[in-house]
Amino acid sequence: MSSTLVAKPLTRRASRGRSPRRQWTVERVVFTTLNTTFLVFLSALMVYPLLNTLAISFNDGMDAVRGGIGIWPRVFSLQNYQVVFNMQTLYQAFFMSVLKTVVVVATNLLFTSMLAYALSRNEFIFRRSITLLFVLTMYFDAGLIPNYLLIKDLGLLNSFQAYWVPTIISAFNLILLRTYMKSIPEEVIESARIDGAGEFRTWWQIVMPLCKPTLAVVGLFVAVGSWNSWLDTLLYNSGEQWLSTLQYELQKLLSSSMNAGVNSGGQAGSAAAAAAGGQVTTPIALRSAITMVAAVPILFVYPFLQKHFVSGLMIGSVKG
Amino acid sequence: MTDATVSTRVTATGPETALPLATSSRARRRKPRKKAAMGPRRKITWDRIWAQRALLAMAVPLLLYQILFKYVPAYGWAIAFQHYKPGRGSIWNQKWVGFENFVNLFTGVNGERFRRVVVNTLGQSVLSLVVGTLGAIVLALLLNEVKSLPFKRVMQNITYMPHFLSWVIVASLAAVALSLPSSGGFINQALMNLHIVDQPVLFLTQPNYFWGIVAGTNLWKELGWNTILYLTAITAIDPALYEAAEVDGAGRYRKMFNITLPGIRPTIVVLLIINSGWILSTNFELPYFLGNGLVSERAETIDVFVLRYGYQLGNYSLAVVAGIFKTVVAIILVGSANLAAKRLNQESLV
Repeated sequence: MSSTLVAKPLTRRASRGRSPRRQWTVERVVFTTLNTTFLVFLSALMVYPLLNTLAISFNDGMDAVRGGIGIWPRVFSLQNYQVVFNMQTLYQAFFMSVLKTVVVVATNLLFTSMLAYALSRNEFIFRRSITLLFVLTMYFDAGLIPNYLLIKDLGLLNSFQAYWVPTIISAFNLILLRTYMKSIPEEVIESARIDGAGEFRTWWQIVMPLCKPTLAVVGLFVAVGSWNSWLDTLLYNSGEQWLSTLQYELQKLLSSSMNAGVNSGGQAGSAAAAAAGGQVTTPIALRSAITMVAAVPILFVYPFLQKHFVSGLMIGSVKG
Repeated sequence: MTDATVSTRVTATGPETALPLATSSRARRRKPRKKAAMGPRRKITWDRIWAQRALLAMAVPLLLYQILFKYVPAYGWAIAFQHYKPGRGSIWNQKWVGFENFVNLFTGVNGERFRRVVVNTLGQSVLSLVVGTLGAIVLALLLNEVKSLPFKRVMQNITYMPHFLSWVIVASLAAVALSLPSSGGFINQALMNLHIVDQPVLFLTQPNYFWGIVAGTNLWKELGWNTILYLTAITAIDPALYEAAEVDGAGRYRKMFNITLPGIRPTIVVLLIINSGWILSTNFELPYFLGNGLVSERAETIDVFVLRYGYQLGNYSLAVVAGIFKTVVAIILVGSANLAAKRLNQESLV
């Protein structure tokens, strides 16, 4: 790969006069080669653990225990996935994860953008004090136990509400959206006013459509956070099996196999395998299959939204 | 309504425009501060509040919500001054003991363990932050040198993919990668193939490796993601600066050190401010998932302590004291970092 990359620009030597940057000295060729090699190596390092897990998940369980599987299964088998897809609790957990993510994204986008709109209005009298109160919550945290007690006192323990009610606004995304809304030309909003639109109508019909790219980014952040979270299940909803989420189930399985399996090659966690209906698989293979089930949905979503990242993220962080 | 707000703004900006004319050095120094840029404060009257009732309706309920879920839980801090027993019901029905829990946690029977927990938290966080920031800057500089756009894009996409995986998954991948070759531990396999070690190393049972493992795993997960901001900051640098430097005979490294790095300095400062407040809160999942009895002296962090000791063992009072300590330190750190950045006339957060 690196050779083609180096070779191509070399043929462009004729166009030297256009810009001094096009000059290809020995130093530059050496640097480019090294740089390209390093980057390819780095990205291989990023992908390898996942490909390895993927290969193990498609490998026969008993064979996988022998180790030494690279990025290709040695003895191909769909058995691990059969076991996974036969686990009733995992089905429930998967759908609970999806439902939770959808509800959290919808409520979060709605409320965060509404507040962001109000705070983006320059004439709004309390905008500075309200913004400060929200920014402070990024750092002020009452703590795990007090939060737990509040959820308990509000009667939200072991209910679906515990997933979305406490998280309808996130301060970081609020700043991101507010900053983007501030960049909308004042004339656009003025003209909406002249046409008789109130604040709610301006927000919903004028500002929101203009914010689509940023909303996509914020939505993705929120979705990733919600899909990947497990602590909320552990703290608030571990009492009800039907409220369990995929990451929490995965964590339960992993912690049982990890604590004993750090050095023993993973003989533990067989309880989970046994629970899977007596079918023969091994903890290593099963864990790989569940890992893939938990990872794949989010990996499928992000390429579609990633073109918006850079703009959205920059707005949020650099100019906060 | 629109007319009124516009006109008040215009008249109110009157004295503001006069400000730059003042030539005293203090006035000049004050000028770039945000407050001045936002416009002067206008009087809050009932008329204006009434005129903005729609905006208030959008903001105030959500503010009350936020106060309920973020500030109100601080009532639980009362537990820090009690011998809390969950069985006794409400927290107002407990035995008050004053500062006994604080003394207990910082100096008493649990003092040694708590000090170790704080050191672990700081060690893991600072190491992760330094390694992560340096790594991201270096990768951003290297990616910036790539001229082929498709290649650059592919590299970026691959390097920030791990950011989207959950900590549960990342911890699992790390545990597998660091295990024995027979359990899929390819790091040991690689080290043995390269003849760096002859025996596989049981990384996750050695306390001395734990901070490094946490920093390394953090680096793996967030490296590509953290470069995004630095890369955008680099593209915002005026190309004329590079051309001028080239005319002056600057080479690649000279340009990196004298133009690119100073150019992204504000970004680095802002990100360090943001992250400084989380220095006691980051690194919860990894030590929780990867930690085990053999390495707990280096693994246990404040958050893990709170979860294990407080939530799971029911010792709420000490856990709350630890939580208060964490929050107070976070606020102090962000405040002072923000102040320092303002002094340096850099961008500040609030």
